[in-house]
Amino acid sequence: MVFNLGEENLSFYYHINQRSFLLQTKSKKFCKLMVSWIKASGFSRTVLLSSSHAYQRDDQQLLGTPLRYLQTPSMQKVTGDRLKEMEWREMETVSTFPGVTDSEQRLYIPGGGATKGLFTDSCAEDIPLVVVLIFCSEGDNIPDAFTLLNHLNTWLHLVDAPAQMQPKWRIPASWRLLFGSGIPPALF
Amino acid sequence: MATFFGEVLSVYSRAVEEDDEDLDDENEDEQIHRAIEEKREVHIAWCPEVAQSLEGKLQCSELIIAVGTNAAGFLSAYVLNTESWDAVGHASLWNERSRGSSRQSIAPLPGEPACLFYRHRDNPAVLVCQSTCYIAEDQLFQWTEKVFGCLQKRGLSVMVLSDSPVAEYKTPDYLYGSAVPFLRSLKSSASKSQALCPALEQPNILTGLPAAVLSHCQVHQIPAVLYQCYTDVISPDSITMETYKPALLCLSKLVKLEPCLSADVLRKFAIITEAQSNLYT
Repeated sequence: MVFNLGEENLSFYYHINQRSFLLQTKSKKFCKLMVSWIKASGFSRTVLLSSSHAYQRDDQQLLGTPLRYLQTPSMQKVTGDRLKEMEWREMETVSTFPGVTDSEQRLYIPGGGATKGLFTDSCAEDIPLVVVLIFCSEGDNIPDAFTLLNHLNTWLHLVDAPAQMQPKWRIPASWRLLFGSGIPPALF
Repeated sequence: MATFFGEVLSVYSRAVEEDDEDLDDENEDEQIHRAIEEKREVHIAWCPEVAQSLEGKLQCSELIIAVGTNAAGFLSAYVLNTESWDAVGHASLWNERSRGSSRQSIAPLPGEPACLFYRHRDNPAVLVCQSTCYIAEDQLFQWTEKVFGCLQKRGLSVMVLSDSPVAEYKTPDYLYGSAVPFLRSLKSSASKSQALCPALEQPNILTGLPAAVLSHCQVHQIPAVLYQCYTDVISPDSITMETYKPALLCLSKLVKLEPCLSADVLRKFAIITEAQSNLYT
């Protein structure tokens, strides 16, 4: 779904909510189409919110924040060292052949769907894009969504919040009844 | 996934593994993928008369699509039961659950899950589609594009009747048995007609062919209304079919209908489950 947030301070915000899964055989095509649309639209920056399997973390990643970021070279020119100064952690690369010393490093985002594809295509097309992702597990991901959003808000200030407090976000209707309908009263 | 009460449900993972395929695919892999894609392609076969007029697009002012055995049974009983309908085409496709069609040019056998098109003899701008076969996720977009690609978009209006199990209906209050079956509606923004039952409440969603058709109509600004019937019966059932009766009000403006049917006629379209075992009914 594509949402237009309209104009605010002469900036136009578009938000795409990719709710359905991508067919694996169409993933590359999806990335190419998306990237060419972003390029043609001329967005000054693109933020990709994503996640990765928490169980795939290595020993180092188990410590500290579950939040990571990646930025394309074009985005680096826009933000400079801002994200590093905010003490955000860049997504670590993994060894192509684990256990083999001096093995090449590669980007690996397990459970991230088209994230890696979109990121690498954006690098190739010089698109200012930043990926913000959270390590999380299957299940009720509502707290993870808030963690990710609050983290993003510390950079983009989408919503004002009183100091030391989290902003008040509106919960979407699609989050209601995640665990099914009401319980039959006769059960108790 | 564990639910709030601690029971473990096996659900499809919403996470998708990154594509590990190499950028330069083996030739053999490409051939296999292509062969699978060809096998899963959706084919729309029209009768010769209609195929000829498809040089332009088919004039259609009303497209009525029934998805599921009860919706299809309702149309068979109340609409297609008169003698004024011609079978004009069918969609053939193959997937793991619908193994129809190695026989693309041959129409499906009676009783076989299928996707059939009928046109009204006196009012050829009215088209009915009965879809009782399973259409996989990767085939839905193709089906919609190919069917609507044959139709003139101007002046087109769509109605979808769709079955759904009541287990998939989410409501904060417990749903008592007597409330089932029931209808809910959803419209595209271009539809100005009054829906004949309450709108589908959030957070309920549509899936499958009804969702694909309604999405297509929304994107292309085609007036469309959907009536989803939530039922607790899996097989075709006369009470569930009768739940679609409010849709008759719209249909009667277009074509002659059978307003009152005897129980015998409805029974013909409903399957009576044989009592092979009393343990699992």
